Amino acid sequence: MSAQTVLYDVQGPKARRRVLIYSVIGGLFVLALLAVALRRLQANGQFEPDLWRPFVDDPRVARRLLVGLQGTLRAAGIALGLAVVLGIVLAFGRLSQRFFLRLPAVAVIEFFRATPLLLLILGFFLAWPIVVGQRLEPLYALVLGLTLYNGAVIAEIVRAGIQSLPKGQSEAALAMGMRRGQVLRIILLPQALRVMLPSLISQLVVLLKDTSLGFVIVYPELLRIGGFVAQNLRNPIQTYTVIAIIYIVINFALGRLAAWVEGRQRSKTSGDPATAVPKAMEGQTAPGAAA
Amino acid sequence: MNTVIDNLDVYAAGFRTTVSLALLAAVGALVLGTLIAAMRVSPVPPLRWAATTYVEVVRNTPLTVVFFLVVFGLPQVDIGTDTTRLPFFRFAVIALTVYTAAFVAEAVRSGINSVPAGQAEASRSVGMTFGQTLRLVVLPQAFANIVPPLASVFIALLKNTSIAAVFGVAEALQRTQFLVNRFGNEVLWLLAGTAFGYVVLALTASALFRLLERAVTPVSR
Repeated sequence: MSAQTVLYDVQGPKARRRVLIYSVIGGLFVLALLAVALRRLQANGQFEPDLWRPFVDDPRVARRLLVGLQGTLRAAGIALGLAVVLGIVLAFGRLSQRFFLRLPAVAVIEFFRATPLLLLILGFFLAWPIVVGQRLEPLYALVLGLTLYNGAVIAEIVRAGIQSLPKGQSEAALAMGMRRGQVLRIILLPQALRVMLPSLISQLVVLLKDTSLGFVIVYPELLRIGGFVAQNLRNPIQTYTVIAIIYIVINFALGRLAAWVEGRQRSKTSGDPATAVPKAMEGQTAPGAAA
Repeated sequence: MNTVIDNLDVYAAGFRTTVSLALLAAVGALVLGTLIAAMRVSPVPPLRWAATTYVEVVRNTPLTVVFFLVVFGLPQVDIGTDTTRLPFFRFAVIALTVYTAAFVAEAVRSGINSVPAGQAEASRSVGMTFGQTLRLVVLPQAFANIVPPLASVFIALLKNTSIAAVFGVAEALQRTQFLVNRFGNEVLWLLAGTAFGYVVLALTASALFRLLERAVTPVSR
């Protein structure tokens, strides 16, 4: 918000009048755009109450969407747990001094970060029956893909978190005679986890959105179930709008939670360098954030 | 392995579509995202509200849902009803642009915030308006600062183009699926070929962005 007070002066009477004029013009422009879109939607009969009503007064529709939401949350929950574990393992590998641990970890992280998630999910789903000779449950294909991709992203978050800690932490631990593995596990990781909690919550938003890719392999998550509902009711726009709203509410709340945790860490322990969220980490979350 | 080599032309055609999807959407998202970022820091409240709402809504919606809303929604507001040429390609570009613009806007806004306050204050004191300050002084410096985050956004966009496969755009992933259906036994090689293509593209893009970053970083730093 600081930028706003910096980019323009505190307004005097003339500037305030000008801003008011621009506000009216800008506001009218935005409203006009919306009005045109809404008018056309109405002209095409998209506001017929029959298209919207089932979401309110048909309990079967609500129940089906709830089943879909359950599917979404189940896939996201399992994948998150596995991805955090994988991410920590990969981060340890990448921070290792032994090249035969470091190189594979780097290769795995870079490969799964650069491959489209949909390719992974679809790949597991298509390849498994041919290679293993057995059908792979859509849930497992989805969770496998999500875990590998998010594990790679979380590995980078963990690494940034560990590297952001003051050097004295590991030096003191090493001076006490701890092995490097012990230092990582007992001294650095617990502190890093605290630093990276906001980034982790932001990554959860990405993960939650990505579960919607499960619709491609007919895993019954929110979007897939929504597709069935839209087919039944013949109201794709209305159904997908409702689904978008569900996602937005959940993700907006998670985003707020991340901001709150970050703010609390900053204010509560300011002066403790371990909790100052490093610049590098904000960059780290970006690739995932946009995925 | 041989199947991959025999079908290199299919891969090439697929990745050509992938790259053109990504480039078109990148240009669109850069323009739209910068505009939204400018609205977000402007002194005009309604524009600020509209921009903030856009970013919050789009960022929290899965790209797949954005695709569905574009594909089903645009014809209902009488856009793209003519089925002249590659309508799905166009829908895909629009969906990717709309989605990516929100992330570009966030990156640009953080860039604007990173420009020292003295820059804007100095331009105001020589009598520049808000628009001039932003356009001539703040944004050029902001862009120099945000090459790395923008690179992440655009590489994510490159990977996101694969979702267009579901909507009938014959890009790399869709053509891979076509090959898998035809040469089932070679599925692992075929998938590896596609993954390899994406990794090469992503590495190329990030190398180009690193060059760009070096080119725009001021000497004084």
